[in-house]
Amino acid sequence: MANGDSGAGGADAPAGGFVQLLTPEGERVDSVTTADGTTYTVDFTDDEYRELYRDLVTVRRLDAEATALQRQGELGIWASLLGQEAAQVGSGRAMRPQDMAFPTYREHGVLYTRGIDPIMPFGLFRGVDQGGWDPNEFKFNTYTIVIGSQTLHATGYAMGITMDGKTGNADGEAVIAYFGDGATSQGDVNEAFVWSGVFHAPIVFFCQNNQYAISEPLERQTRIPLYRRALGYGFPGVRIDGNDVLASFAVTRAALDQARNGQGPTLIEAYTYRMGAHTSSDDPTRYRIASEVESWKAKDPIARVKAFLTKQRIADDDFFGDVDEAAKKLALDLRERVLAMPYPQPVSLFDNVYPHGSPEVDAQRAEFERYHASFEGSAN
Amino acid sequence: MSETITLGKALNHGLRKALEDDPKVIIMGEDVGKLGGVFRITDGLQKDFGDDRVIDTPLAESGIVGTAVGLAIRGYRPVCEIQFDGFVFPAYNQIVAQVAKMFYRSLGNVRLPIVIRIPFGGGIGAVEHHSESPEALFAHVPGLKVVSCSNPADAYTMIRQAIASDDPIVFFEPKRRYWEKGEVDLGADLANAFPLHQARVAKPGSDATVLAYGPMVRTCLDAAIAAAEDGRNLEVIDLRSLSPLDMGTVYESVRRTGRAVVVHEAPGNLGLGAELAARITEECFYSLEAPVLRVTGYDVPYPAARVEEEYLPDLDRVLDAVDRSFGW
Repeated sequence: MANGDSGAGGADAPAGGFVQLLTPEGERVDSVTTADGTTYTVDFTDDEYRELYRDLVTVRRLDAEATALQRQGELGIWASLLGQEAAQVGSGRAMRPQDMAFPTYREHGVLYTRGIDPIMPFGLFRGVDQGGWDPNEFKFNTYTIVIGSQTLHATGYAMGITMDGKTGNADGEAVIAYFGDGATSQGDVNEAFVWSGVFHAPIVFFCQNNQYAISEPLERQTRIPLYRRALGYGFPGVRIDGNDVLASFAVTRAALDQARNGQGPTLIEAYTYRMGAHTSSDDPTRYRIASEVESWKAKDPIARVKAFLTKQRIADDDFFGDVDEAAKKLALDLRERVLAMPYPQPVSLFDNVYPHGSPEVDAQRAEFERYHASFEGSAN
Repeated sequence: MSETITLGKALNHGLRKALEDDPKVIIMGEDVGKLGGVFRITDGLQKDFGDDRVIDTPLAESGIVGTAVGLAIRGYRPVCEIQFDGFVFPAYNQIVAQVAKMFYRSLGNVRLPIVIRIPFGGGIGAVEHHSESPEALFAHVPGLKVVSCSNPADAYTMIRQAIASDDPIVFFEPKRRYWEKGEVDLGADLANAFPLHQARVAKPGSDATVLAYGPMVRTCLDAAIAAAEDGRNLEVIDLRSLSPLDMGTVYESVRRTGRAVVVHEAPGNLGLGAELAARITEECFYSLEAPVLRVTGYDVPYPAARVEEEYLPDLDRVLDAVDRSFGW
């Protein structure tokens, strides 16, 4: 049944409700119909449920490994996804192979669900490159650090899909743009909303509202629930329980399919919580209280799936143990490979400034090489 | 196929040719469609190529450039029109933080063949924000290339070269010269064209080198005619490319003449003139008869139209600098 204008939820729903298909206690909600009459549900096999659980555990374990690597001085910085696993895994798995993702710098879970080697973003965080992958090969754009910029890139890419005639049926392409609650204050995000509305672009705006933009709470970004902003731009907005992987999957899948069918953009607000720090350089104890963090622990995105799988006898302790063990193995393998990442050759800093090169950069490279060669043979 | 046309019309022909030559080329900007742009540079293009190739955009400069990035990732070659120089700043973040850095960030995997056209410079009696010369703010940014045309023939060729290039290029158009006419070979083949990032001797001379680009080239050519009456044979170099700078052409000239004067409308402080003076001093020190002198706009915001003639470098100020060089 509908609760408010966004959908039904458990007792933990914020005012206005949200789409929730799995409660924090692990109770399955059959379906949710929002005020606009859209019904959301999922129809997973037991295997699919188990794989979603495996994804969630794996991305959390990899994230923990990255946090440890940073604390040990092996990464310059790490942006943890802790607490946002369901939002990322659900929306990531909702993408079809032909869909394109435009991430921020925290979408490690989405990256993983795209079937990409999880080591890919570590060059950036270890400081050996700035990203360095091919977005078109992985259907996953490079991480974007300036807040909100990528939403315009995503919109342009989506306009290109329309211009290529690749919408209008089930094989059509769609784009998903990730950003956070803080980004919704950026001009670029609002411009992306305007453009997507005007050009009816095949795009899903996936906002992970994790309640904080570094230290600033949601109240510093908005007076109304974020999903309701979509109305002003002329497309639907839906709020989901961002800690519910089933809601994340169901609503994102529906929105992407609408987009690929030529029905325009959707804004999804995934209501979640950043359990860790903004990045490893941050100290959240300065701006939020422990009881708040504790209350969100009770809504953990993984525990509820485990409870559900257990109650429904879809998985047992052997399975959970296997998943933990496999995730640990992946994490240790990741650690080894991160530590083995070669540092770039110093002269490579002159590479890839321009596709067609530049005589000025070439001259500086030559001077750099001459300067460094002048030390060859000296004691140090 | 030589025709005598205005600089603005030459750009229009160049854009048309680019649209014809490559179906991935698109034009996007405010009022570029039915209106043909506020300066009519895109006149008639939407009618002939359709509104999905010549796109009237929402009024949002960051959006124009930001969506161009996504379109370029998708394989398009966007040509963005910024309506006036002073309106580019909402897009500055996208240009500097995204357009300029994407190739580097992606280790060469992502090319952004984007051209950002900006009518620039003063002298048209406009209100605030319509007469500025922000080129140094872009030339300072690694990853961007910056060019400026000064005459119709170059306008026609350079805009096509810029669009054909995979480098992101900021293309400064001398708006007060839009209506000046010149002969343009509309059948010119790009393969044999003068290279985009090369400076050109606009008028050969032997006594002093005057360096200019965009709207100031005409001013300096006029100054050279006047100087000839005083028996001074000025060489005028049209830099054309502001990043990278073609210093080879500049050094060769200055070593011959021993004197250099740089002229631009932009404020002098940390402008192109400062960079040129530093490089010339480093490379041509023993050839110089005088310090490199600069004739520039003053270090004030672009002033009200009634005093802009006092702000802008003109023939007399160029000649005054030449005199000072010879008086050293």
